[in-house]
Amino acid sequence: MTVDHRQHHLDSVRGALSILVYPLRLIVDLPGSTAIWFRESLATRRDLQEENAGLRTQQLVLNAELQKLESLEAENMRLRALLDSSFQVGKRPMLIASLLSVDMDPYRHQVQINKGTLDRLFDGQPLLDSQGIMGQLVQVGPFTSTAMLITDPSHAIPVQVNRTGLRTIALGTGAIDRLELPHIPNNADIRAGDLLVSSGLGGRFPQGYPVAEVIEVEQDPGQAFSSVGARPRALLDRSRDVLLVWPPDLVQAAPQPAVDAVAPEPAATPDSAEAP
Amino acid sequence: MTLTRHQGGVVILTTFAIAMLLTIVPLPDDLRTLRPDWVALTLIFWCLVLPYRVSVGSGFVAGIMLDVLTGTLLGQHALALSIIAYVCVRLHQRIRAYPAWQQTLTVLILLILHQLLTLWVDSTIGRPSRPLSYWLPSLLGMLLWPFAYRFLTALRINFSVQ
Repeated sequence: MTVDHRQHHLDSVRGALSILVYPLRLIVDLPGSTAIWFRESLATRRDLQEENAGLRTQQLVLNAELQKLESLEAENMRLRALLDSSFQVGKRPMLIASLLSVDMDPYRHQVQINKGTLDRLFDGQPLLDSQGIMGQLVQVGPFTSTAMLITDPSHAIPVQVNRTGLRTIALGTGAIDRLELPHIPNNADIRAGDLLVSSGLGGRFPQGYPVAEVIEVEQDPGQAFSSVGARPRALLDRSRDVLLVWPPDLVQAAPQPAVDAVAPEPAATPDSAEAP
Repeated sequence: MTLTRHQGGVVILTTFAIAMLLTIVPLPDDLRTLRPDWVALTLIFWCLVLPYRVSVGSGFVAGIMLDVLTGTLLGQHALALSIIAYVCVRLHQRIRAYPAWQQTLTVLILLILHQLLTLWVDSTIGRPSRPLSYWLPSLLGMLLWPFAYRFLTALRINFSVQ
């Protein structure tokens, strides 16, 4: 059975069983979600107005940044075209999901999210929050999915130092606030404060999203590699809303709820004409 | 095998469901690693009291559910719970006759066996080793056993599960 699972033959069984335990998860999640619902519905008008004003200014600032980004992107593409570099900056479809407040095995860094194959999620899909990459889906059920965080001891993510372009791999350590970069040579140009972004080399994570920030570099001349520690940028233990990203070549597989919802309607119109 | 009709299956299922709820209720990070193994405790109780109704098969099903719930390897808890259910059913007459403290120690051994089996599967698939505090849930489970036993017995008599 163990071997079977390693080879992913039992994934469908697990998916089917996850429907069975879905009610249990919902019951456990209920207090948390009710608390949020109460807080939202009992918020005073004044609080809402303040929050609204805050969000509006934030959106204005972000829009201004976005204008700059578009011109930079265009310039970047022009320069890359001059260099004959095949580089795609595609718009990626995204979906927002919420974490279910249920606990998993305390020695694994896994979270449950409230979306599944019904929303066309797939195995290995990257998971982001507003600050950076959080992890990837490891098991997708019809209603809920399990995601492994980048700090899980069995997780590794290909990264790149933003300042120098140095490519390496960041391993999870089992501590929620620490990643390790084990294969950095002693003479490499890396220092505390460097931003690590995803390099996209594994083909799984999108390129150029922030992953972690280097917090310590220890260079021991007696060792072949220096020991480098980094802190994940994503709020792994605090985010409740997460983003799911589809790679550009799978755009047609991404959810298009508006289109799907409208499609059946024309067929119904001849009947509805008779009804009144 | 039995002269009376089986009844109260719903009660047994409910206790298992509640045990699973307690297993995934979110706890603060410091307490997460201390969570006692509720499903194993429930299984041990029913195996001791009603060995002709709850045994290896129930342990296997409960284990599979637990695997799906906690995201462990499918079959890991199922294997461990099946084995402790087997031991329990094999020895139920002896364990039932033990005085309370000896029974509690037996439960501790069963809980440690459960953790040992899951640890064994985990290390086989290359998970990193666990700190010493990994064994605390068994101790906590042992301390909770007398209360769980009384509560479940009261429940059993109240709903006349047999």
